[in-house]
Amino acid sequence: MDSLSRRHLFGAAGTLMGALATLSVLGADALISEARAQGPAKDRLVIGISLEPPVLDPTKNAAAAIREVTTPSIYESLGRIDRNGAIGPGLAESWSISEDGKEYLFKLRPGVTFHNGEPFDASMVKFSLDRLFAADSTNPAKSLYTDIDKVEIVDPATVKVTLKSPNSFLLYSLSLGDAAIMTPKTAPTNDKSPVGTGPFVFKERKEGDSITLEKSPTYRDPGSIKLNTVIFKIVKDPSAQVNALLAGDIDAFPGFQAPELVERLKKDPRFAVVIGTTEGEVILATNNGKKPFNDLKVRQAIAHAINREELISAESGYGVPIGSHFAPHNKAYVDLTKTYPFDIAKAKALLAEAGYPNGFEATLKLPPVGYAQRAGEVMANQLGKIGIKIAISSLQWPQWLSEVFKERNYDLTIVAHTEANDLDRYARDGYYWGYDSPEFKAKWREVLAATDFTKRDELLKEAQRIVSRDAVNGFLFQLAKIGVWKKDLVGLWENSPTPQVDLTGVYWK
Amino acid sequence: MNTFFARASRHVGFQVGAVLLLLFVGTALVSLLWTPHPIDALNMRIKLTPSSPSYLLGTDHLGRDVLSRIMVGAQTSITVGLIAVAIGLTLGVALGAWAAARGGWVDEALSRTSDLIFAFPAVLIAILITSVLGASAQNAILAIAIFNIPVFARVTRGAALAMWSRDFVRAATAMGQGPVGITLRHVLPNIASVLIVQATIQFAVAILAEAGLSYLGLGAQPPVPSWGRMLRDAQTYIFQAPELAVWPGLAIALAVLGLNMLGDGLRDLLDPRLRLLRVG
Repeated sequence: MDSLSRRHLFGAAGTLMGALATLSVLGADALISEARAQGPAKDRLVIGISLEPPVLDPTKNAAAAIREVTTPSIYESLGRIDRNGAIGPGLAESWSISEDGKEYLFKLRPGVTFHNGEPFDASMVKFSLDRLFAADSTNPAKSLYTDIDKVEIVDPATVKVTLKSPNSFLLYSLSLGDAAIMTPKTAPTNDKSPVGTGPFVFKERKEGDSITLEKSPTYRDPGSIKLNTVIFKIVKDPSAQVNALLAGDIDAFPGFQAPELVERLKKDPRFAVVIGTTEGEVILATNNGKKPFNDLKVRQAIAHAINREELISAESGYGVPIGSHFAPHNKAYVDLTKTYPFDIAKAKALLAEAGYPNGFEATLKLPPVGYAQRAGEVMANQLGKIGIKIAISSLQWPQWLSEVFKERNYDLTIVAHTEANDLDRYARDGYYWGYDSPEFKAKWREVLAATDFTKRDELLKEAQRIVSRDAVNGFLFQLAKIGVWKKDLVGLWENSPTPQVDLTGVYWK
Repeated sequence: MNTFFARASRHVGFQVGAVLLLLFVGTALVSLLWTPHPIDALNMRIKLTPSSPSYLLGTDHLGRDVLSRIMVGAQTSITVGLIAVAIGLTLGVALGAWAAARGGWVDEALSRTSDLIFAFPAVLIAILITSVLGASAQNAILAIAIFNIPVFARVTRGAALAMWSRDFVRAATAMGQGPVGITLRHVLPNIASVLIVQATIQFAVAILAEAGLSYLGLGAQPPVPSWGRMLRDAQTYIFQAPELAVWPGLAIALAVLGLNMLGDGLRDLLDPRLRLLRVG
């Protein structure tokens, strides 16, 4: 009996390990044969993504993967974010803003039809915008739109949006996938079978495998779209992503997340490896509401203990140091990496002043993502040098969201904030950092009220300085966007100012 | 006892197993006092370097000495394995002996419960437990201990039942000794050899399970070195430094192989019945 049970247990453990080890090899073979059978196609593009969109409606869920697949390919918004992060016309052809910054007049684009044949007009805009800020709105980005007072239809091609108070980010917010324009007829079912006005129509979804889009026959400018079929293929494991690329099963991986594997792809002449920037600030998020992190001196000590060079080296060199919560590619960026320069002696002195001459113990809760796992181990080591003894615990995403983000039951965590213009989080009450600064809140109101963008940039710089000076979080580095695609593919974004994959200008040479 | 050593000197498998175990335990003991380099000394400038005189097995993705981490990893394996097996042994033997002594519904209930646990792959149970309770070395120990309990309970019950039908136990019953006394005085001493063999083998299983859990990120948390975790980290650098995956893999394989050979050897040496069966 004992030898039987023993074999049983071994079998389970052994099979698991063996399966994981051989998975990549077998996977690669299967993919190679598949790719050969299909041959080259010049109007078909297979894009790899590492996370699966939970639903296909960006107004229902905050997952970035939804925006990658649907915005702006399926759904469009009033404005449109371009490859540099600037806002251009989308479903609104043009707009004007009143002197006091409270009234926006949108002139809508003519000749636009939804995929189900309905013509687009002002009533759909009113419907879609009303859902954003309504009291019972379940939009994941609701807080971006609560400054809206009312939306009125001036005529079928004009919409007036009135604000309660000026909001200089409104145009940006109305260009996000969260503010996608939908028709009332399909809005309830868009999470499963999305219908929008974009250049591609949803064809089919294979759960856990792929999402297929096809060129829309009703698109207003069909000649500009060169691709007939676009397949988003979900490949979670980084090694499998590399194998899929090498085998030719995937043409492009715009958001490749394993910097340590990029060297392998760089050696392959078939691929272009394009390093760009993202809006993802990787921070050592700190629970400002909890002892001892409520003490500015402790947070300053942590800031002095951060060696960004080492952290970025652990990311194989892909990343840009940051000193505040702001993306370096942004026009309003100010370099604050020297606010609290790396200085262990200073850090120790500050800890002693705060009453912790021998340091203290703290936990570091890490989400299951590569950059957090890598930076976590380095960070634990760096904080150990000033006497802060770190216990790491790895969480799954749902656990992280409930324990850290909702219940604020944590000391430290490492996470990337990938939304653009997310400095407003520091003005939010009850946000998971527990930062409450009347000074910052006042500054942020000024930022929102500034309709002159030059002035707003200056105010944004001041806001960055406050956050940096208060050492709210440990500011580590900006994630790099690593794009890998076939050399003869043209038009994909090299930077990622917002989590979108814009396919309108993409074609094969 | 003399015959034990005489037979042991002819049993090659047992000897190889014993040497490997000594090496394994010895490495862990040495690492308590000395490692070539501090195990958490990061040095990005020398990350992923191949073997060299100062770094015999090279360095990992954070520039730490792989040899030192393998050595300390042995500590992790032994700690997790020992505690898990000790818990499993204590509870399992108690339950198994109870079932054998009491019989009836207790026996039935325990047997069916252990059947139920066996019906699940052990690693799945472990993953379930660690994902509910959170990933840590303690929870990995708990998970491994839990699937060790029915193993020991079964072995103990089977062997103890055979003892209960032996004449000397019946005689003790007739003389009025209670079930607890008989279990402690007559049954357990006579099935000790079976339990020792089983414990050795379960130790190997526990080491493998710990490595498996750590590989999945559910075992010992960094920066504590663990062989399974090292394999996991090495996997992402497989194109740049393939040898990084070899060393922890080899360590796991040798430790498990050693314990298995030792267990098989012990079985042959301690249990004459099985030896006869094999010959016959």
